[in-house]
Amino acid sequence: MTTTAPATVEEVVARYEPVIGLETHVELGTRTKMFCSCPTEFGAEPNTQVCPVCLGLPGSLPVANKAAIEATIRIGLALNCSIAAWCRFARKNYFYPDMPKDFQISQYDEPLCVDGYLDVEVEGKTVRVGIERVHLEEDTGKTLHIGGATGRIHGATESLVDYNRAGIPLVEIVTKPVAGAGTLAPEVARAYVTELRDIIRSLGVSDVRMEQGSLRCDVNTSLNRPGAEWGTRTETKNVNSLRSVERAVRSEMLRQASVLDAGGRITQETRHFREDTGDTRPGRSKEEATDYRYFPDPDLVPLAPDPVWVEELKATLPEPPRVRRERLREQWGVSEHDMESIVNAGAVELIEATVAAGTSPDAARKWWLGELARRANEAGVELAEVGATPAHVAELARLVDEGKLTDKLARAVLEGVVAGEGSPAEIVAARGLEVVSDTGALTAAVGEAIAANPDVAQKVRDGKVAAAGALVGAVMKATKGQADAKTVRDLILSRLGAA
Amino acid sequence: MAAISREEVAHLARLARLAVNETELDTFAGQLDVILQAVARVGEVAAADIPPTSHSIPLTNILRDDVVQPGLTQQEALSGAPDAQDGRFRVPRILDEEA
Ligand SMILES: [Zn+2]
Repeated sequence: MTTTAPATVEEVVARYEPVIGLETHVELGTRTKMFCSCPTEFGAEPNTQVCPVCLGLPGSLPVANKAAIEATIRIGLALNCSIAAWCRFARKNYFYPDMPKDFQISQYDEPLCVDGYLDVEVEGKTVRVGIERVHLEEDTGKTLHIGGATGRIHGATESLVDYNRAGIPLVEIVTKPVAGAGTLAPEVARAYVTELRDIIRSLGVSDVRMEQGSLRCDVNTSLNRPGAEWGTRTETKNVNSLRSVERAVRSEMLRQASVLDAGGRITQETRHFREDTGDTRPGRSKEEATDYRYFPDPDLVPLAPDPVWVEELKATLPEPPRVRRERLREQWGVSEHDMESIVNAGAVELIEATVAAGTSPDAARKWWLGELARRANEAGVELAEVGATPAHVAELARLVDEGKLTDKLARAVLEGVVAGEGSPAEIVAARGLEVVSDTGALTAAVGEAIAANPDVAQKVRDGKVAAAGALVGAVMKATKGQADAKTVRDLILSRLGAA
Repeated sequence: MAAISREEVAHLARLARLAVNETELDTFAGQLDVILQAVARVGEVAAADIPPTSHSIPLTNILRDDVVQPGLTQQEALSGAPDAQDGRFRVPRILDEEA
């Protein structure tokens, strides 16, 4: 029997139904670790943000961070979960040096938040993704393998460990299996992680940056024949961007379908996503049915969130990003596609604040998504960190509206703002960038341009109005671009009797 | 009937990376059995209305504020380590745990 490996998800879905599930880890942005008061700043020298608790030294005792508990409850509430009336932390025991205690404090059968959902939008359809649980645990340290060629464990003889990250609060969010998405399964996975990221960002509890590892995602995928039981699933790790989430599901669907088509079986295993090729390769396969010997941590007393406290936290929840986006989209009068660009550029808050400062939505969008997005991109920074504030942009837009700056001059002013030279008005004054609106100076420049280009001037007089462009250019050059091109053109045409 | 089997002791020893020989297995299985049997007697006197207890003190919600306190210096942190390099703990490669 010959089988052609399926090339598209449509071919896969013609024979199989996909079921996906997502496990997302979010590093909270608390000032201190989960169970000790060590700082959590990124990029510190190795083992300089450690103490007896997070190093697992004898006699040390962990105490839970109130801010991390609150953040987790707020995430749970934002995901429509129930908050446990009573729950405990558990020890997950394993033998690996990324935790100095030889166990990780996590939650096992008593998560803090359970049974919620998140609605996501895919191709105009709303898909409800069930949330199984949201629990709190601690992050692990970073290991560096040496002695091998590539820094990977293969061929390594030793590992070097930095425990600065060990103990940073980590929230794990697990979906229920998502069935019935068909060909849209890859897009649903991506839309879910995107929406989750936006919600968590709106809560202000994490910077949720996938490229920096503060949001990490594992993707489970399985296929089954229609009507049959769910198939064996694989877990794909190392999925480090939103685009990769989608690609990982797609490539696993294709791979599993070709295995099943050929009469093979899917092995339950962990696979690693490869960013360069967009496919997955097997990772750990053996895993003698991992035996973590979970048990309640005796050093940490149970959590019993007071319903009044939970209600207070509920009152702090911001408007859900999806609702807010739609409200702003209507207010600003932009298309869904344009709104998507605004969201992807991280410009929602910036444009909102600029509009609030009196700028029209169109102008605010133009400056943030145009010149400033380009500069942020060049500098490799987030738009919000580009160096310009909504107040700057509002002031700039006002100067343009008042005719004091042309677009071209405004871009030069923005360059100064981004370089930290001050506010737009200060830069206009310091660099002498204001539009030349002094009619006397302009009239003189127009006269000189006409005198210097008699042939062109004659063509314009003869009715070839398009030829005036060369004269406009000459005047703009003479005024160092500080004149308004339209005013100059009007002046030239009236002077040559062609207006 | 024994509360813990010889095989279970061998399994736990393997998970904890403890080298335990055949004679020791017999010894530990016997000793652990005595301990477990003794603890199991608590279950005999606990009535159905007494829930299992994981903590000896009836406290909940012991939380601390999110305020940084000084910890250890790198030198202090590494002072008890058998080996260190570049400010990091240096440990033997752990085989076959991850690929
Ligand atoms: Zn610590």
